[in-house]
Amino acid sequence: MVGIVSYGAYIPSYRIDRMNIYMAMGWLNPASMLPGEKAVANYDEDSITMAVNAGAECLTGFRRDTVDGLYFATTTPPFIERQNSSIISTALNLSPNIKTGDFTNSIKAGTSALISAYDSIEAGTSDNILICTSDCRLGKPGGYLEEMYGDSAASLLIGKNNEIAEIKGSFSISYDFVDHWRTKKDEYNRSWEDRWIRDEGYGRFIIESISGLLRKYDLKPDDFSKVCYPCIYERAHAFICTKMGFRLEQIQEPLFTNIGNTGTSYPFLILISALEEAKPGDRILLASYGNGSDAVYFEVTDGIEDAKGRVKGVKNMIESKQMIDTYEKYAVFKNLLDIDKGGRGEEAFTSLSTLWRERKTVLGLVGSKCRECGTPQYPPQRICVNPDCGAIDDMEEYPFSDKKGTIFTYTGDNLAFSPNPPAIYGLVDFDGGGRYLFDFTDCELDSLKVGMPVKMSFRRKYADENRGIYGYFWKAVPIR
Amino acid sequence: MEGSTNTLNKKGDIMSKGIKDKVAIIGMGCTKFGELWDKGSEDLMVEAFLECIKDAGVEKEEIQAAWIGSCFDEVNVGKSALPLSTTLKLPFIPVTRVENFCATGTEALRGAVYAVASGAYDMALALGVEKLKDTGYGGLPDFGSAMGSKNRLIMPNMTAPGGFAMMATKYFNKYGLSPDEGKRMLAHVSSKSHHNGTLNPKAHLRKEASIDQIINAPIIAWPLGLFDCCGVSDGAAAAIVVRAEDAKKYREDPVYIKSLQVAVSSGEEMLLNWDGVHVETTLQAAQRAYKEAGITDPRKEISMMELHDCFSITEAVTYEDLGISKRGKAKKDIESGFFDLDGRIPAQPDGGLKCFGHPIAASGLRMIYEMYKQLQGKAEKRQIPNPQIGLTHNLGGFPFYSVAAISILGL
Repeated sequence: MVGIVSYGAYIPSYRIDRMNIYMAMGWLNPASMLPGEKAVANYDEDSITMAVNAGAECLTGFRRDTVDGLYFATTTPPFIERQNSSIISTALNLSPNIKTGDFTNSIKAGTSALISAYDSIEAGTSDNILICTSDCRLGKPGGYLEEMYGDSAASLLIGKNNEIAEIKGSFSISYDFVDHWRTKKDEYNRSWEDRWIRDEGYGRFIIESISGLLRKYDLKPDDFSKVCYPCIYERAHAFICTKMGFRLEQIQEPLFTNIGNTGTSYPFLILISALEEAKPGDRILLASYGNGSDAVYFEVTDGIEDAKGRVKGVKNMIESKQMIDTYEKYAVFKNLLDIDKGGRGEEAFTSLSTLWRERKTVLGLVGSKCRECGTPQYPPQRICVNPDCGAIDDMEEYPFSDKKGTIFTYTGDNLAFSPNPPAIYGLVDFDGGGRYLFDFTDCELDSLKVGMPVKMSFRRKYADENRGIYGYFWKAVPIR
Repeated sequence: MEGSTNTLNKKGDIMSKGIKDKVAIIGMGCTKFGELWDKGSEDLMVEAFLECIKDAGVEKEEIQAAWIGSCFDEVNVGKSALPLSTTLKLPFIPVTRVENFCATGTEALRGAVYAVASGAYDMALALGVEKLKDTGYGGLPDFGSAMGSKNRLIMPNMTAPGGFAMMATKYFNKYGLSPDEGKRMLAHVSSKSHHNGTLNPKAHLRKEASIDQIINAPIIAWPLGLFDCCGVSDGAAAAIVVRAEDAKKYREDPVYIKSLQVAVSSGEEMLLNWDGVHVETTLQAAQRAYKEAGITDPRKEISMMELHDCFSITEAVTYEDLGISKRGKAKKDIESGFFDLDGRIPAQPDGGLKCFGHPIAASGLRMIYEMYKQLQGKAEKRQIPNPQIGLTHNLGGFPFYSVAAISILGL
């Protein structure tokens, strides 16, 4: 049986209260007010970094060399040419003998990737495919979409053994419905009239795909414990429920007032919320929206209880948050303002041939462990760093990205350039051995203490916009 | 000595017979340090050199070999030894450029000293120069590109204050000092140097700074504030050396090299075992230097010191690494005035990096210049009574990834 073997959610630590956006920009567009808050990627996050963090959570407890496929679904790939899924695969320290693919250009790309993964595994051409969905879409300042769009990532591991939810079937529809669009020159989405999107698109396609699925598999609305679909308009979301004949309690709460509409990751995050509370035997229905809709249904297995203890889901990520208190700070994180970075903000040259040679070290945070004395060391060394050992070329690879650690010492540096000063960094001692110097992120200086536990999070270490280079690396973050 | 995470020279003594009393300094020069907007590195080299040969009473043509130290070549003189030879119009003699972070100046001297000691040359010049104030921003140039293309990808974009602030965080934590107690101890270190700086016409910063003023200054890298950081300056310093037996031919009061030691991190501090409250390279260089100079009780035998006070915490920890103060007890010595100008071992009599300023490659030679003048009794208002042994110390890089150089000088 093919199904979901594991799940992982990544919701950035930062939120902004939509009222804060409205207070700053509502004067431009008084009709734009929306309730609640939305998730905001930190200045050092993008679709790739969030996907890596969701993927790492999803793979907790799994041997990474069993993954033979990685699909990345996003409408905000940092690169147009340079495969984004290859970066994610390297960062997750997956085998190079892997099929990678970027699914993009529609917010239903996540469910498209899911169906493709299912097909491949069902056909016997793959064993375990990791799907990472991630988006950080920008709405134009002062517009309705700015308040609506949130940033998040979600991952599903699809395989054919030990699944926690079996994939029972799917039904897809695809239309060139031009509700939101962006060409390669556009920074922001354009959109057509909301009433038309609501009545002719959102209000119809999800109903159409779900109806198709019910017909195809001869099912009734009552056969499902939970139905998951994105919320684009709150009232229309409820309308879909009644129109389809679902009871309100069957509808999984769509997190719209917690994180916003998070694009390709949105259906998966709602699905993970449902899985977190699911019992064996539950049937869950998932539908995406975007240039049509994919409907997929699952049957939860006994394995679900193990997953709940192994990975942190959406609930933990929603509760653990910090607020961005001003729109101006949000605007800096989102690069909406061309801030004065000073001479220290100018980026130095990056050698891409060095990056290729050191890709495991840099993107994968893979160090070495001495076979003689057992000392873990980062970056990997040829000659053992332990002065009592000094073994030569007797190392094995040792991944650090999944190790927790503690703060040995730290500082908050006001001289170094940071979009969120002070630049906080320090030495981290890894549980099990090994020490290195890391930037710290998602934290305030006052909250840190020597000895505090931290974990590793994949981030942009720097962004060299002039050369089109993002320096991806790992930073230390407080454990959520 | 306490605190070493290593066993010194466990695989054999790396020092042979040593350099003690084999070489003497017969002339020195040092420019005024500061934000010298109207002077280029050529001006600085010429000024330090002219004072140096005048002091030595020699002609340029007598110099047979030269070493130039410069660190941030991107904003300084440029690579190679050509900037020195072409600026001074040295007549086709061998000239070598050295760079070893903040130990660069002392490294230039080490080259010259070893050259005459070997007998290969009779007279050699060492000159360190740095023009830092042409970057367009405050502080040192970023380390982003100075650490190599691989470190660029994985190391935080650290600044010097940030790198050393981490040692203050750990020092406070380990010895149970509240931020206020810790900062008060460090403020005394800086305040003392500010006082000394007022007595020195060549110093960059010549203003008194009170403890409260220092503690309340803006934070640069927590917990270090503005006055915990040394001046970022332009400047140059130079020395001419000959073999000891020839020294008296040139002057009555040559200053003899008792020791010159350099220690460089093996990498283990950063990746494995640094305790966060000492600097292993300083400790190792000091132990070798004492052995080379024949010093057994540094607290009694050393008359004065110029230490690498790039940041106040560095100076405080160096007191302990040199074996002058006991581990974790520097606070007591600092606050009792032990290192003040009228204390038992005055530290930074010329104002130190804190107030004389810190043009990287010139600093090592600037420290030696002060010891040289003090030993000769020519330090004017800041003269220490009858000094016998002076020690200088440089520390480049970061506390856990560093280059340390120590010189010991005497009459």
